[in-house]
Amino acid sequence: MEMTVAQALIRCLELEEVDIIFGYPGGAILPVYDALCKAASIKHVLVRHEQGAVHAADAYSRATGKVGVIMATSGPGATNLVTGIANAYMDSVPLVLITGQVPTSQVGTDAFQEVDITGITMPITKHNYLVKDAKKLPSIIKSAFHIASTGRPGPVLIDLPKDVASETIKFTYPEKVSLRGYKPTYTGHPAKVKEAAKLMMNSQRPVIYAGGGVLNSGAAGELLQLAETLTAPVTNTFMGLSGFPGEHPLFLGMLGLHGTRYANLAVTNCDLLIALGARFDDRVTGRLAAFAPNAGVVHVDIDPAEIGKNVQVHVPIVGDVKQVLQAILAHLKKKDRTGWLEQIQQWKKEYPLTYGSGGEKMKPQAVIEAIYRHTRGEAVVTTDVGQHQMWVAQYYRFKYPGTLISSGGLGTMGFGLPAAVGAQIGLPDRLVMLITGDGSVQMNIQELATLVEQKLPIKIFIMNNNCLGLVRQLQEFYCERRYIATEFGFVPDFARLAGAYGIAGYDIETLEQLDKMLPEIISNPGAAIVNCRVDASENVSPMVMAGQGIDEAIDC
Amino acid sequence: MRHTLAVLVENNPGVLARVAGLFSRRGFNIDSLAVGRTERPDVSRMTIVVEGDDRVLEQVSKQLHKLVDVIKISDITPEEYVDRELVLIKVHCEAVHRGEIMQVADVFRARIVDLGRKTITVECTGNDGKINAFEEALRPYGIKELVRTGKIAMMRGTRFTSVSGVRDED
Ligand SMILES: Cc1cc2nc3c(=O)[nH]c(=O)nc-3n(C[C@H](O)[C@H](O)[C@H](O)COP(=O)(O)OP(=O)(O)OC[C@H]3O[C@@H](n4cnc5c(N)ncnc54)[C@H](O)[C@@H]3O)c2cc1C
Ligand SMILES: Cc1ncc(C[n+]2csc(CCOP(=O)(O)OP(=O)(O)O)c2C)c(N)n1
Repeated sequence: MEMTVAQALIRCLELEEVDIIFGYPGGAILPVYDALCKAASIKHVLVRHEQGAVHAADAYSRATGKVGVIMATSGPGATNLVTGIANAYMDSVPLVLITGQVPTSQVGTDAFQEVDITGITMPITKHNYLVKDAKKLPSIIKSAFHIASTGRPGPVLIDLPKDVASETIKFTYPEKVSLRGYKPTYTGHPAKVKEAAKLMMNSQRPVIYAGGGVLNSGAAGELLQLAETLTAPVTNTFMGLSGFPGEHPLFLGMLGLHGTRYANLAVTNCDLLIALGARFDDRVTGRLAAFAPNAGVVHVDIDPAEIGKNVQVHVPIVGDVKQVLQAILAHLKKKDRTGWLEQIQQWKKEYPLTYGSGGEKMKPQAVIEAIYRHTRGEAVVTTDVGQHQMWVAQYYRFKYPGTLISSGGLGTMGFGLPAAVGAQIGLPDRLVMLITGDGSVQMNIQELATLVEQKLPIKIFIMNNNCLGLVRQLQEFYCERRYIATEFGFVPDFARLAGAYGIAGYDIETLEQLDKMLPEIISNPGAAIVNCRVDASENVSPMVMAGQGIDEAIDC
Repeated sequence: MRHTLAVLVENNPGVLARVAGLFSRRGFNIDSLAVGRTERPDVSRMTIVVEGDDRVLEQVSKQLHKLVDVIKISDITPEEYVDRELVLIKVHCEAVHRGEIMQVADVFRARIVDLGRKTITVECTGNDGKINAFEEALRPYGIKELVRTGKIAMMRGTRFTSVSGVRDED
């Protein structure tokens, strides 16, 4: 069938079963938007800033497991995507981004609204394309979806010059992709699988260190089975949270710089570290030499480059966590364990997560605990970046895989609000909450308009401490309390701001008030902004200082 | 230690930028990089000489593999291989020195490719040891201009690097 490249593009998206596009139009992408008019099965969500489109699609993808799709115009539209792309790249989220480009004849001439977006995004995409040959568009789209969603997922960008979009081609969609340079490995090497199983059976003090790859792979069930078979404690990375039930007796909470002491002590003292879809990030390991110093390491990761990148690994297994765990489980027998678990139990008793109870002001940690009490892990929680994010990691106990959606690798303030929008669009029947800070929420606050326009019943909790809490905490510990540029001279009245958008606004000053209001806030059918005035003097504790081992955390 | 990598890549626009960008971004040190097409028009071959210990080399190779346009990488350092580099050197040359310089060139089996009023341009191929020695031999006369292609390399005998890996002749 003959059609324009723009029409072919939309046809490809339909064939990829795309039902949502997050985007923002402009001149260079006009033909594509024009073709979108006729696509009945694809809904377009108009965001208020292109960065919001990427974060929304990112969270949509994490919530649904589908590829997130984004459209933007050339020049400033494309550059506004950059932070969102980097965020998705760091957290391994599958996205396909389509940008308009100036006509081919003008490429390279500093034309109006021209930027070299394929050049700019080379280091932050899994792959990208500049479409020069109209005939290749269908196979490029097919490859883009394949690359984004297979292996270690990631963003793929397609830059489409306006003249190419208007060319006519004969449309056929390829059945298969053939990329000789791209063949991810899913099944673990049988010999390595056996070796890993043997180490697991022989280990006296194993710890399972489970990361975001478990969620990518849909392996939460296998992880639970592994832990219960080996009777081995499990710690999650920040990205891995929700991959193991938060209330499970074998759960140690998060490890790392703001991890629980007992998780960090367990890792430091283990004789076998079982790393599953985790990448030994510096927030996790602290000083490398002090990280699991006496342990054998089994590392399962779908990306070979992650294995041996930061630590030496004894049994490397390249493959998909789910498939590898299934293979390993076949070699395991139920193992009971007392001494090691007792030791861990004692650490849990001795070093629980705590926060002060003094002062008049509401404690931010108590707010998270209250939200947990009232939702019992049934909510999908998106966060921004800062102290509030770490408190969510510490005090909210996740029950179902994928119920924490947050920016881990890039730590992008401003992620939360558009992410909540994307998550709620993907999961219309679930309770979606945003827990954010007064700093972060102002970074993409324009997306409140998208939220209202899309009629999304998101509950927004702003942990309002009148400052950039986490950086202020750094200044307290690294700069001898010389506070600069972290305290706000002005913060808007968020509850009244809610009014301006026609949604419910609450001002909460005490825990009692919060406890009383939460049932109403949660059960009301509409969106709400809950301005929680919290104690600004609270710090995220424990904290491992730069250059220290994770067993050397300080209380703060 | 220095390693010589033979890297087969898709002959796509931008592939050189992807590879070069990866090296600079990850702080890998390239000694030289030579690229050109192969016996197949859709495949280009890069010969990359990179400095680093085994761990660095493992990361270089794994990170290169992640580029969709990279088809095959072989570290041919431990293999028997032939390597060559071409250099063009323009040397300052007064008439009285012409004979002397031509003799030096002879020793290195270099060829005179151009003569100017006060210059002489020579071409020499060989492995980098020979090229370095040649350069040193000419330095006393005054080198005006020098350009090297970077090393290209190929395994000896029946073994070869192809899109499906390092193989013996079938
Ligand atoms: C302010 C702040 C503080 C932080 N503090 C901490 C902290 O104290 N502790 C902490 O843990 N984190 C912390 N983080 C998060 C941290 O920066 C990293 O994002 C996080 O530790 C990385 O998690 P991960 O190792 O699970 O890797 P991810 O980034 O989730 O990567 C997933 C890994 O799994 C692999 N993978 C993907 N799919 C599969 C599959 N199907 N099969 C097998 N493998 C797969 C990937 O190749 C990759 O190696 C903090 C972040 C911020 C912003
Ligand atoms: C885009 C961006 N800019 C700067 C930072 C550095 N940073 C990390 S946390 C933080 C403060 C966050 O403040 P807020 O959102 O109010 O959360 P709080 O720490 O107070 O809970 C800043 C500035 C960042 N992570 N992202």
